[in-house]
This record gives sequence, C-alpha cells and structure tokens, in this order.
Amino acid sequence: MTLLKATGIKKKFGDQEVLRGIDLEVRRGDVIAVIGPSGSGKTTLLRCLEFLERPDEGLMVFDGQEIDMPTAPKATVAALRKRTAFVFQNYNLFLNRTALGNVTEGLIVARRMPRSQAEEIGRRMLAKVGMSGKENSRPQELSGGQQQRVAIARALAGNPDLILFDEPTSALDPELIGEVLGVMRQLAEEGMTMIVVTHEIGFARNVSNKVLFMEDGLITEMGSSAEFFANPRQERVRSFIRRLENGQGE
Amino acid sequence: MTERVLEILRDSFTKILIPGILVTIPLTVLAFSFALIIAVVVALIQFAKVRGLRQICRFYIWVIRGTPLLVQLYLIFYGLPSLGVVLNAFPCAVLVFAINEGAYCAETMRAALESVPRGQIEAGYCAGMSYLQIMRRIVLPQAFRTAFPPLSNSLIGMVKDTSLAANITVVEMFMTTQRIVARTYEPLALYAEVALIYLIFCTVLTRLQRAGEKRLAHVAQ
Repeated sequence: MTLLKATGIKKKFGDQEVLRGIDLEVRRGDVIAVIGPSGSGKTTLLRCLEFLERPDEGLMVFDGQEIDMPTAPKATVAALRKRTAFVFQNYNLFLNRTALGNVTEGLIVARRMPRSQAEEIGRRMLAKVGMSGKENSRPQELSGGQQQRVAIARALAGNPDLILFDEPTSALDPELIGEVLGVMRQLAEEGMTMIVVTHEIGFARNVSNKVLFMEDGLITEMGSSAEFFANPRQERVRSFIRRLENGQGE
Repeated sequence: MTERVLEILRDSFTKILIPGILVTIPLTVLAFSFALIIAVVVALIQFAKVRGLRQICRFYIWVIRGTPLLVQLYLIFYGLPSLGVVLNAFPCAVLVFAINEGAYCAETMRAALESVPRGQIEAGYCAGMSYLQIMRRIVLPQAFRTAFPPLSNSLIGMVKDTSLAANITVVEMFMTTQRIVARTYEPLALYAEVALIYLIFCTVLTRLQRAGEKRLAHVAQ
C-alpha cells in the first residue's frame, strides 16, 4: 500500500538547483536507503519531505491526501508533521529538557496529551531504544549515541507513519554507530516505514529493502536493495559503493 | 576625620538609605521589569522578521541608543509639557528608564535568541509544535539562560543610572545626598557615603546574579 508518493520535487538555493525533479514512492513498511555523494541533494530531499525546506515545485500524495508542496498551507504542513518524524544528523535534542522531556514535549504541547499519559509513553519509548534509567539525564550528559537514541525515541513517541533519518550516524564516533543502527534495524523489523539518508553501506544492503542512488539532484538509480547491490547498472554507482565499502564515507 | 563629620555620616546614613529603599529600588525594579518586556517583544519581532514592525524596532533602537539618557529624561519631563503632556517625576523616570534600557536589553535578547541553534526550532517543528510554542517552550528559555549575565549587567547599570533621575526632581538617594551636602557642606564624606550605599546595592545584585546563574545552569549551554 502506498503511503507517500512524490512527483517532480525541485528545489533551488539561489541559482543552484539542488533537486532537479525527484519522483519517489514509499510503500508502508518500506525501509529506503538514500545514498549518493555529498552535495547530491539527499539531505535536501529529506528536508523537503518534512517541509523544513519549501520545495519550488512538487506534488506529494500522503496517505491519499494531495499536497501541492510549494503552496501547502501551514495547517497542512503541521498536520503532515504530526504523522511523520525526523531524526537529525546532530540529534537536535531540546537542550532545556531531560531525555524524558524530549520525548514527551511534542505529545504534551502539540498533541495536548495529559502529562501522565505522555510520560508513560515516553518511558516506554526510552526503554525501546535502551535508554531506561536515563529519563532524567540532560542532553549534555549523554554520549552522541545515547542522544541519537533519545532522538529516535522522540520520533517514535508520536506514533508516526513514516520516520525520516538524515545521516543519523554520521556525527557519531565509530564505536557508537552500532547502538544506533541496532535500534534502527529493530524498527525496520517491526515494520516501521523509514527513509534513511546514510553512508552506512551495511545498513543499506542488509536492512533496507530499497535503495535510491542520488547524484546532482536526481535519483539516478533505484531498486530493491538485493538487486541494487548485486548488479548496479551504472559504473558510477559501482565505484561509489566500492569506495564506501573500503573507506567509509566519501 | 573630625567628630562632626562622623556624626553627620552616622546621621545621614539612614536618611540616604530610606529614599534608596523607597525610591531607587522601586524605580529600578519597575523600570527594569518594563524594559525586559519591551526587550523580549522587540527581540522576538526582529528574530521572527515580522515585516514592518521590524523596521519600527530598528528605528526605536537606533534613536534610543544614539541619544543620551540624560537628554531623554529632560526631553520627556521638561519638553513634553509644552505639548500639553505633563508627567509626574517618578512615573516619568520609570517610563524613560524602561524605554532606554529596553533598547539595550532588546539587543542582548536578540543576540541570545540568535545563539540558540537553528536545529532546536526545526526539531520543534518536527515534533508538531507551532512557531509560538517553540519560542515559548524551547527557544526563549535557552535564550534567557544566555542573556542572563548581560541582563544582570544592565540591571546593575540601571541601579546607578537612577541617580540621573535627580535631574528631573525625583527625590532618590543622590538628590537626598545633595540636599544634605548643601546643608552641611561635607561633599567628600557624603558623596563617598552614597557611593558606598550604591556599592552595597550592587553587591547584593551581584550575589543574586551568581545564585541565579547556578539555578539556570541546568538550562542548556
């Protein structure tokens, strides 16, 4: 079942065309890895889907609702954001909230949930990402991996239909990457729909079911991850994968 | 120091302290409270880039910071009556100090707002919050933490600036001292005494600032 379909997304920064016409279909339960060289527009695409950037052109159909991306009114965007979640490269935990407060903030403020109920959900979500016992820790007291796991718990709290991950492990020390990828793998196994911009080739190969390769603001290759890795059509993709496998990163 | 001077000092201490407590402190507290309100509103308007209002805010800050406080006091207290606007000295002083300090504190608040990482706002949006909710619950508390030391600075500055209100007939500590000097002709001792009282007031504020910073320490960096 299609959850999200986007067609013709374009985005310019000044006269630089960062996205030059992106078509994308996400089915429920999909785990889509978006890979590609730096500057190819991966992050911008993800941010456009969450309306953190406003696309210049593009049409989105989310769960049957048509949204004209350049003109969508605030209320439509706000409603969409309550059904999606976003995990940032640098976590962006609310610095004036505890771990638990980070998870409950959106529930209490945006969804007007009673505090007790929000905290019950918050504790459950923190437990899910292995952060039980850290409810009252401040972001500054947590390691990067722990902060990112709290950020994932925060993303899960609103029971989203789709979670967007923007290079969730790129800011982490190598030894902390595993704990975050582990949580993401678990979510994938539970059937969560996710789009993940990543340089983690292992994750793309083993966890995601689809892979998109982006270059110069376009999706130049896509397919099921099995066929994508088994038989990349373009030499450019082959060499990119090889480089990631050898050195990690661009 | 002669017996006589000591006696004058002992005598005048409470005479100066009382208007300090009854005038200087209320003047400072009232004016600074209003200044903070002005500062937050003006800073938020600029931060959110509200069209039209933003230019008005820049103009306000430009004019206030570009003219002396003393001139502003004279303009409002002695100037406005010729337009038919007559204010009592104390409310006039509160008004001028609030408007004046508001301009400086607005810049402090604006800088503090801009120092809050952009990602905090984006994370708020992604959690489904509205701009105002994000400002109130996430950005302003963090900005206040950053602005607290410079705002304390402004408050301490204002305690001393209230002595300028003597120029528009507000009988605060300094004017009281001047009157005692006129009667006793002991300027050195008495002005030193009033300086000491200002120093005591500011010492208390410095202590409060330190305690406040400790309490705020948990609110982000």
